[in-house]
Amino acid sequence: MSEAAATSVAPADGVSGLVDDWTADKQAYHVPWGKAMMWIFLVSDTFIFTCFLTGYLNVRMTTTQPWPPQSDIFALSFGGSEPIPLILIAIMTFVLITSSGTMALAVNYGYRRDKTKTIWLIIATALFGATFVGMQAFEWTKLIVDEGVRPWGNPFGAPQFGSVFFMVTGFHGLHVSAGVIYLLWVARRIWAGYYDKKGFEIVEIAGLYWHFVDLVWVFIFAFFYLL
Amino acid sequence: MASSDTAGQQHPLGIYYQIWILLFVVSAFSYAVDYFDVQGAMRWTLVIVFMLVKAGFIIAIFMHAFWERLALCLTILGPPGVLLLLIGFMAVEGNYTEGARFEYMGHDPDAVALTPAEYHASLGEDHGEGGAAAEAH
Repeated sequence: MSEAAATSVAPADGVSGLVDDWTADKQAYHVPWGKAMMWIFLVSDTFIFTCFLTGYLNVRMTTTQPWPPQSDIFALSFGGSEPIPLILIAIMTFVLITSSGTMALAVNYGYRRDKTKTIWLIIATALFGATFVGMQAFEWTKLIVDEGVRPWGNPFGAPQFGSVFFMVTGFHGLHVSAGVIYLLWVARRIWAGYYDKKGFEIVEIAGLYWHFVDLVWVFIFAFFYLL
Repeated sequence: MASSDTAGQQHPLGIYYQIWILLFVVSAFSYAVDYFDVQGAMRWTLVIVFMLVKAGFIIAIFMHAFWERLALCLTILGPPGVLLLLIGFMAVEGNYTEGARFEYMGHDPDAVALTPAEYHASLGEDHGEGGAAAEAH
């Protein structure tokens, strides 16, 4: 009914005119508004992570000291075996990909309105996410306590290694932790029947965030750990 | 596309399983590059190709960008594309700074980074050497 009124009345001036102009009946994205907003948030987050990784590129290029050997630093030995290079990070990568898979299935079952499967798949995703954060906490503890890595220096080589490591993996870990809380909150609301009438786009929106966290890890894994 | 307007992103389950397996395999390839200690240009090429393949499939299939309308896709992918310019500029700048540091501050061309094993061994056998390694702080 308000649309009919809007066409017949001349545009207002001042602040209410400004609001009218930006909220008028012009739709650019044919998706639920929550999904468009999540995408715009993710684009801004892309900029933050790219700034971190570009800063890393710059300090790594400009340091005159040799870069510490990541492959050996993130090696792990099991039961006194020879250390396996980068194994912890590889396991973390597989855990995060697994969680992305369960999330994709949760989105699908959400649209099928299979609430039980959706909730359990979201909970599984959150558990894999929590596992990832736990392994990251283990990794941080190992580097800080056993290896003496600090944001301002480390025993292996260029001191910038520590600052980049704590900043980039720390910010990513915060995203995973926030995602775990977000997913559990969404699962609880689905269970409570909050979306029964509204529809299950929320699962796709939460899924976008979760896949983005996995996507950022793909770049961190390549640039910080492998290269 | 018409269906994405009304019923959300509803696709057969099979494609998710396929992409899931593909991501596992490509990640294993990435790890194999490190495990088998591939170095030099080959390492860079392989790691970056595997990274782009993984990122592409996550965005296209898991995040459904493949099925979204062009307006949304350009909003998502356009602005981050400009970041390539920032990366290029910072690479040029970094190259210059590194050259200036080498020229005016000097550096030790023989310096090598320590592995944790070497560091702990140096601490264990001789405390004097451990002190030298800790100079990096």
